[in-house]
Parts: sequence; C-alpha cells; structure tokens
Amino acid sequence: MATEDQTTIESLDPRISRAHLSGGNHEDMTGLLHFQTYEVFHQNKRGAQHKHVGIVHAPNSDMALLYAKEQFARREQTANIWVAPSSCIAATEYADDDIFTTTPEKLYRNPATYKVMDRIQAFKERGMTPSDEA
Amino acid sequence: MYGNAYIDPNEKFSSEEETPELVAAFQARIDAGEKIEPQDWMPAMYRKQLIRMIEQHAHSEIIGSLPEGTWITRAPGFRRKLALMAKVQDEVGHAQLLYSAAETLGKSREDMMNDLITGKSKYSNIFNYPALTWADSAVIAWLVDAGAIVNQLANSKGSYGPYCRALERICYEESFHLKYGHDNVVHLATGTKKQREMVQAAMTRWWTPLMHFFGPSDKASVHSDTLMRWKVKMASNDAMRQQFMDMYIPKIWDLGLTLPDPLLKKNIETGLWDYTEPDWEEFKRVINGDGPCNAERLAVRRMAEENGKWVARAINNEEAEHVRPFA
Repeated sequence: MATEDQTTIESLDPRISRAHLSGGNHEDMTGLLHFQTYEVFHQNKRGAQHKHVGIVHAPNSDMALLYAKEQFARREQTANIWVAPSSCIAATEYADDDIFTTTPEKLYRNPATYKVMDRIQAFKERGMTPSDEA
Repeated sequence: MYGNAYIDPNEKFSSEEETPELVAAFQARIDAGEKIEPQDWMPAMYRKQLIRMIEQHAHSEIIGSLPEGTWITRAPGFRRKLALMAKVQDEVGHAQLLYSAAETLGKSREDMMNDLITGKSKYSNIFNYPALTWADSAVIAWLVDAGAIVNQLANSKGSYGPYCRALERICYEESFHLKYGHDNVVHLATGTKKQREMVQAAMTRWWTPLMHFFGPSDKASVHSDTLMRWKVKMASNDAMRQQFMDMYIPKIWDLGLTLPDPLLKKNIETGLWDYTEPDWEEFKRVINGDGPCNAERLAVRRMAEENGKWVARAINNEEAEHVRPFA
C-alpha cells in the first residue's frame, strides 16, 4: 500500500487514482492461501454423462461448486455439476498403458469375427443333412 | 481437464538422469503426435520452459484484463458494458485455466502469483501501455485478441496435454472477444468524423505494441529449434507476425484506416509482408519495467491480493457457517 515517501500512481482509471497506490514494491506476498484442487465434471443436460472439464482451487466442496459454476458454466447449457477433490482420484500410470492393449487373441470379443452365414450356406447346399452323414 | 494430474507443490520431481535413451523416447512420442501428460517423464528443460511460458500466458490474461477493465464503468451503452464485463471475466477465467495447467508441472498457483506481483515473472508487454480512450479498448479487444488467437491456436497443437486442453477452451471463448472488438472498431470507423479520428489515433498508437506482440525475430536461435522440436513453440515469432498481418491488415485498410508504417505492403514475390522493424530497444526497455503502466499494473494486482485476503481467510474458515453462497 501507499507509503509517504513513494509517489502515488496517477491512473486513467479514477478508481485506481483514488486508491493512492504506490509502485516499486517488490516484496514477497505473504499469507497467500494454497487451496486444494477439485476436479470438475459438467453435465450439459439431464440424462447426459458428466464430463470432466477441468479443475478449480477451493477450500471446500461448496466453494468448489461455486467456482466451477463461474468457470465452466458461463456459456454452455448446464444441468448439473459434480466436484471431487483431486487427491481422491486414483489413476493408472501412463507408463503401464500396455495393460490396455487389445491383443489379437481377444477377437472373440469382436462381433464381426462371428461368421455363421458361410456355414449356414454350406448346410443348405448339401440338403440340410448332418455333417457326418453328408 | 487435468484429471489425475494433481501435483503437490511440495513434491520433488524425480531426479531421474536424462539419458539419451529417455530423451530419444520422449522425442519419438512427440514426433508421433502424442501428447505429454503430467505424469510422464520429461526433460528438465521441457518442464522449465513450459512453466515459464504457461505462467507468463496466465499472467498476461490477468494483467490484460486491467486496461480493459478500466473502461467497464465508461463503456458507451448497456450492451457494450455487459459484453465488456463478460470479456474481462473470461480473461480472468483464462488465467485460472492456465495457472492450473502450469501447476501440473510443479509450480503452485500461489508461487506464480507471488512472482507476478514481485516482478520476477513477465507478462505480455502490450499490457504495459494505457487504453487512453474507448477506441483504444476497441482496438485491444479486436487486434490484441486477434494476435493472441494466432498465438494460441498455434500452441494448442503443441505437445503438452494440459496446456493444449486449456488453450482449446480459451480459443473457443475468445472468438466472441474478437467479434465484439471488431464490432466496436467498425462502429467507430463507420461513424462520425470524431469517431473516425478517435479510432485512427488508437490504431496508430497500438501499431508498434502490436508489432512487438509476437516478439523479436527468433529464426536464428538454437534454443528456438529445440523448443520447436519439442512442440513447446509451434511457429517462429516472424511466422506468427506474418500470419497476423496477413489476416488483419487488409481488414484494417478496408475500413479506410491507415497504419503508421510507410513500408507496409505485401511483397508479391516472397508472399510476405514488408514492414519497418519496430523499435526493439523500446520493447526491451518496457518489458524490463520502464513502460507507461508497468508500476500501475503490478500495484493494482498487489492491491487486489491484499484487499482480497480477508475473503480467502473467510471462505477457508472451517467453523464459519455462512460462507457458502451459491449465486
């Protein structure tokens, strides 16, 4: 704040001039509170999935909701917001992402690999007789 | 946006040696177009440069809202007042998004704020100039935001996931700023003689800072090569300046406004704009503190932090019952 021996800043903004601020103060700020972070999940309409959109800093979940509204619901249509402390999120390691590799031997999970029409066709062509009697 | 990217500011980053193998694997991932996420190994220089860059970007958003914020109370007409308030709120919101992105690299938001206020960190030089008239605020909203969008669109294709995601949201929101600014400039430029004079004067005042905006030529820098290879920097300063000139000089001239550079013209042979180099000594002088508004910007920021402390303390008080508005 302004001290006697420093010149007061004259601004184009009358509100700033009225505050009688002085420049040249390079002291560290003390007492800046380090709030924890919350992950924010945004739902644009009822029935839609909540989607992760970012984080806010807040001392508690109520304030996190308030900040999330200001930060992530300024434009988009919003039905609902969730917040959760970032420290509560457990995650896999990117370094271990090979655990998600879908290997070729998992083809049995793929509907396109079930080809019955060839077999039905052959069955019909041989007069629908059992395979060991043809 | 930065899910599972929470970084404890006290956490020490792995002091894993930078072996050529690790650096090569890192480079290969970037070359393959993959994004780097906070948990990934990264070279110390990559981390350092990104913190510096994202932090400066965040500071620019928060300081950039000051010259425009000055005009909220005097904006002509209710609609413009509402739009300007929304724009200023967006800019502060963008600062929050960017501080969060920078935090994933291991520097706390509070440390960044402190480094801004004490002058250790820089912000975009252009905000050290005053918005003398309403027309200046119009030129800022149109052309400074235009320059920022050129820069941000390029960087949103960069390699660091959290920064890219923040930039995508920012670019989406800033498209209205650009339209709003253009609307204001067009209104003045197609208006009365006095309005035209006002916007011409503002355009003349802002041309040099706009040319400074993308920084001095950096095409010959080795440092720059590394940053480009890591996709921290996506285009040279000159390339971005040229892109800006290509997009906006025709639109400025289209309004019958002039720019204070007699050499300014598109060179048919090179496809690039010829221009007079702006005074880079002035740029250095202003960025190092000796600009028309440096002291005011930091003093106002300091006042906001000082005066806002009781709010932070109040909402942080676990015993308090009536601190939870949901407006």
